[in-house]
Amino acid sequence: MCDTCGCSITDGNRAQAHAIHAPSGADTIEVLESLLAHNDHQASHNREHFDNHGVIALNLMSSPGAGKTTLLESTIEALGGKRRIAVIEGDLETENDAARIRRCGVPAVQITTGTACHLDAHLVHDAVHELDLDELDIVFIENVGNLVCPASFDLGQHLNVTLLSTTEGDDKPAKYPVMFRGADMVLLTKTDLLEALKDDFRPENAERAVRALGNEAPILRLSPRQPHTLEPWLDWILESHARQRGAPVSRAV
Amino acid sequence: MHELAICQSLLAQVENVARENDADRVSVITIELGPLSGVVPVLLKRTFGVARRGTLAENAELVVEETQPRIRCRSCGKEATVPENRLLCPDCGDYHVTLTGGDELILKTVTLHATEPPETETGSMASLAKEY
Repeated sequence: MCDTCGCSITDGNRAQAHAIHAPSGADTIEVLESLLAHNDHQASHNREHFDNHGVIALNLMSSPGAGKTTLLESTIEALGGKRRIAVIEGDLETENDAARIRRCGVPAVQITTGTACHLDAHLVHDAVHELDLDELDIVFIENVGNLVCPASFDLGQHLNVTLLSTTEGDDKPAKYPVMFRGADMVLLTKTDLLEALKDDFRPENAERAVRALGNEAPILRLSPRQPHTLEPWLDWILESHARQRGAPVSRAV
Repeated sequence: MHELAICQSLLAQVENVARENDADRVSVITIELGPLSGVVPVLLKRTFGVARRGTLAENAELVVEETQPRIRCRSCGKEATVPENRLLCPDCGDYHVTLTGGDELILKTVTLHATEPPETETGSMASLAKEY
């Protein structure tokens, strides 16, 4: 139906059911409910699933090509011996990314959205059921590469990680405020290219643009090509997981 | 362009409200929408025009009440309306702010009509039906 990008409804979000209260005798009914109530309900359910198993779920979002899969490969290589990891991969088409992750020796479930430009909580729920959460510590959800649509859909993750690569503009947070405002961690990736890019990308400009959204999240600079730059990111993951193990908390939706 | 998914969700909610109130036609749907919800009003309206076909809201008007981002500064307490990509305190410039509005994505009201009164009931829906 959408000729622009083919965005479509997904299998999970068709049937909706909500209780309402109607003032008798009135023909205008007050509802006051989120348009995404059905998705949000499923997302809460997903989060409970993760909590019950002490698993932390991290939702990775960025433009296509910012380096999500490459970062995951390096992260799995560094943490694979210390924590049990699985990845849920969202793409429009192909199993390529899941195959890359499986080559790292961890389970990966590929969701191919076909024409939908984002993952939703129902798609993630189906994928979670293909994983054995008893055998896992960390689940990464690699969202569809897109800085717009994924920002509106809670999947049941605990934390949002948004990547911005140095080959994009350093003003992207100002252009995509919904995405960058919702980030719990912002990663400036491909920083090994900074020298060649000179003034085309200034990390401090990107950082300022994130702060201008009222976002207090940590902002890290890294490149998988320079493994030592990954350390603060790896520490953050381990700390987040330790917190989740200590006191699983479901965010209220 | 996720507005279609949002629209389908909206229509399903609206149809549920209509069915639970024994209405078979929806004339007006009012939603509240903030720019930080990530939904674009003009795209939502355009999509609604297509997505409503074949539903109880086939001829319904979608009224979008747009809100503005509002923040409260946690440093100086200032409250202000701000642009969506500049959520800073306009007085002290601090980014330690709390968003108090502008991310709404809410179905507010649905206006319902019944073309035929339910056989076992009289009352509001029945009287409404006389109009048609």
